[in-house]
Amino acid sequence: MYIEVKNVSREYTQKGTTFKALDKVNLNIARGEFICLLGPSGCGKTTLLNSLAGFEQVTEGSIKIDGAEVKEPSIKNVTIFQNYGLLPWRTVQKNVELGLESKGMAKQEIQDIADKYIDIVGLTAFKKHHPYQLSGGMQQRVAIARALAVDPDIIFMDEPFGALDALTRMKMQDEISAICKNQQKTIIFVTHDIDESVFLADRIVIMTPNPGKIKTIVKVDLCGTRDRTSTDFLKVRDWVFAEFEMKEKDQIDYFI
Amino acid sequence: MKKISRIIGGFAIMIITWQLIFQFGHYNQALFPSPQGVVKGFKELMTQGVLVDDIYDSMIRFLIGYSISVVLGITLGLILGWFRGIWGFINPIVQVLRPISPMAWLPFIVLWFGIGDIPAIVIIFIAAFFPILLSTVSAVGNVDQTYLKIAKNFGIKQPQILTKIILPATFPNIATGLHLALGTAWVFLVAGEMVGAQTGLGFLIIDARNNLRADMLMAAMIVIGVLGLLLDSLIRLLEQRIYKRWGIVANERSAS
Repeated sequence: MYIEVKNVSREYTQKGTTFKALDKVNLNIARGEFICLLGPSGCGKTTLLNSLAGFEQVTEGSIKIDGAEVKEPSIKNVTIFQNYGLLPWRTVQKNVELGLESKGMAKQEIQDIADKYIDIVGLTAFKKHHPYQLSGGMQQRVAIARALAVDPDIIFMDEPFGALDALTRMKMQDEISAICKNQQKTIIFVTHDIDESVFLADRIVIMTPNPGKIKTIVKVDLCGTRDRTSTDFLKVRDWVFAEFEMKEKDQIDYFI
Repeated sequence: MKKISRIIGGFAIMIITWQLIFQFGHYNQALFPSPQGVVKGFKELMTQGVLVDDIYDSMIRFLIGYSISVVLGITLGLILGWFRGIWGFINPIVQVLRPISPMAWLPFIVLWFGIGDIPAIVIIFIAAFFPILLSTVSAVGNVDQTYLKIAKNFGIKQPQILTKIILPATFPNIATGLHLALGTAWVFLVAGEMVGAQTGLGFLIIDARNNLRADMLMAAMIVIGVLGLLLDSLIRLLEQRIYKRWGIVANERSAS
């Protein structure tokens, strides 16, 4: 498997009490998959993401990406944060160039690559703007362009659309799903929004808190562009709701 | 417009009160000069050419002392702020040195460097150095962790983390320190020149006192005040320019 999470536990000790953020988590992810980590706050989804991205070390077990143990963040696996993480003193263009600067490329080449990805996220008209001059959705698109520009294998997203309003959020979901199809990246996406996960994911990893563990993994067999109001979509959505015990399982109708 | 009329109004009230006190107080001109007397003294200083020379000398000293402080304070602040372990040793020393008035150093400074430009420069340096150092160190400690995660993720190494991420991220806070330091340093410039120099605005004060020229003394004081205000406005302008360039909206900062 491309990403292998084996028996991973993560404990925090705070003022003498230990808190188990992750408890014996096992997960395998194939190259090119879109995985959503779904669950309420405190279920360890962000801890799992940070461990995968190399920002945190696990206390037990191992995480391997492409056969190599994850020890520190790598430019091959880029993380996109909820608060976008744009550098406010840099223009859109300069923000997108950030990751390319440490690659030892010629200035012109850096600019060309940045231009290409700014174009992909549709912000060419705004490339001389500073982040504070952009809306939340536009800022997140800059962060996406910046991540794509370094041509990573994996993109980690930590509730990237959490701060956006409902309509912008859906628009961003459409965009990210289109971008991902074209770019063929492996994506690990943390969210607490059930609809979002059903819309985006190939598989939804449902997590529960105290201690944080994987409850179940739901495979989303919806091909092509997903329609948020289709019966198939609603069926998967109902299924996920049932997993959170917010809906009785026997209430779900099964049509085949 | 309203602001300008208030400024003019304020000064008008002050000058009228001053004139009234002089008129009805029957003070000796040598102890308490009248506004006209001060204007006359000012004119005399101008025609003799001493005032322009003294302002020039003071400004040069100020520029040198303050610039060394800025460069050294920010550089050391960034490094010590980053290496918290070393700062743990340095901080207690700084806390002991900081409350010592720069003037207390003067006997040593005069003994070591003699009378002339250097004592004033050193005094300005000491006065400005600590506010700049401390504001830089504390700003580094408050840098948004997301920026550091991004730097790590994109493979940005030292010293680039300091120059590309920490310095710009801390700049708004450092600028506040620079502003503060400028005011303090200007106050101590005059004090330093009163003892350690043979020219400059501080010396002008002493010279006027020695010649019992209260009118010139007052004129010199006013010049010092106005120049301090000009310097303050200048750095505020610079501050706002840099904020804009950094893409930071200066809201409550400029309100003072």
